[in-house]
Amino acid sequence: MIGLSHYLVLSAILFSLAVAGFFLNRKNVIILLMCIELMLLAVNFNFVAFSRYLNNIDGQVFVFFILTVAAAEAAIGLAILVVLFRNRRSIDVDDLDLMKG
Amino acid sequence: MIESGIFYVFASILIAAAIGVIGFRNPVYAALCLVLAFVTSAVLWVLLEAEFLGIVLVLVYVGAVMVLFLFVVMMLDINTEQMREGFTRYAPLGLLIALTVAGEIGYVVWTRRAGLPEKMPLPTEDYSNTEALGAVLYTDHVYAFELAAIILLVAIVAAIALTMRKRPGIKAQNIAKQVATRAEDRIRMVSMKAEDPS
Repeated sequence: MIGLSHYLVLSAILFSLAVAGFFLNRKNVIILLMCIELMLLAVNFNFVAFSRYLNNIDGQVFVFFILTVAAAEAAIGLAILVVLFRNRRSIDVDDLDLMKG
Repeated sequence: MIESGIFYVFASILIAAAIGVIGFRNPVYAALCLVLAFVTSAVLWVLLEAEFLGIVLVLVYVGAVMVLFLFVVMMLDINTEQMREGFTRYAPLGLLIALTVAGEIGYVVWTRRAGLPEKMPLPTEDYSNTEALGAVLYTDHVYAFELAAIILLVAIVAAIALTMRKRPGIKAQNIAKQVATRAEDRIRMVSMKAEDPS
């Protein structure tokens, strides 16, 4: 029988893989954006699983809004990426030192 | 029993796809692996009886967001070899942190699993996931729903404003100038006597 804990562990594995992706691909901004999407997916998994096992539909409403915000974030992130590539001819994170932070 | 089989098969595919996302050298392969991860998650959400969100995940993510990702990946000319510098250097640190995060969350969930509900409550005969979601979305969460609409509008405006540029020396029509043109500015009517051609 598949219980709530199975889904929670699966989502934990997914989240930690996304965290590992940040360290492995720390030069390529596109892969970093994909890792963010993967993290949001892991969080959504928790929401859906809890919503189903606790028999409360509000969790799925939250997932709906997270999907909306994630889509907006991906659109703006990719637009920034395109502008960045147009200006610097590179999407390397190490090249993003314009503000000398 | 068949439910456990479906869960384990698709969970394995999901984890393999996630490893592909972070491990592939070519960003196009990584994006395609992410598509696989989303589709597999949609299957698992349908298994959790969240049918509406499963369909939305496929339509919105695979249909729109991932196509946008692939479009950008293929449009940009990226030197993948240069992008991979430091992959092996940071691999031990990344794996250590990932194992720590997974271990901590897994330990908490697995030791407290006695307090978690193990059995999914069965829905009634005429239960519709979409109907139940719509019933609360348009009543209890209506302000959040309208706020989400505004967020999407702002995202559209921001994405267009960021990427739009005026290129100098381009031969394009000036619509306003065309519409504002009057006949009097272009031709002049003169009245004159007919001339004898001979």
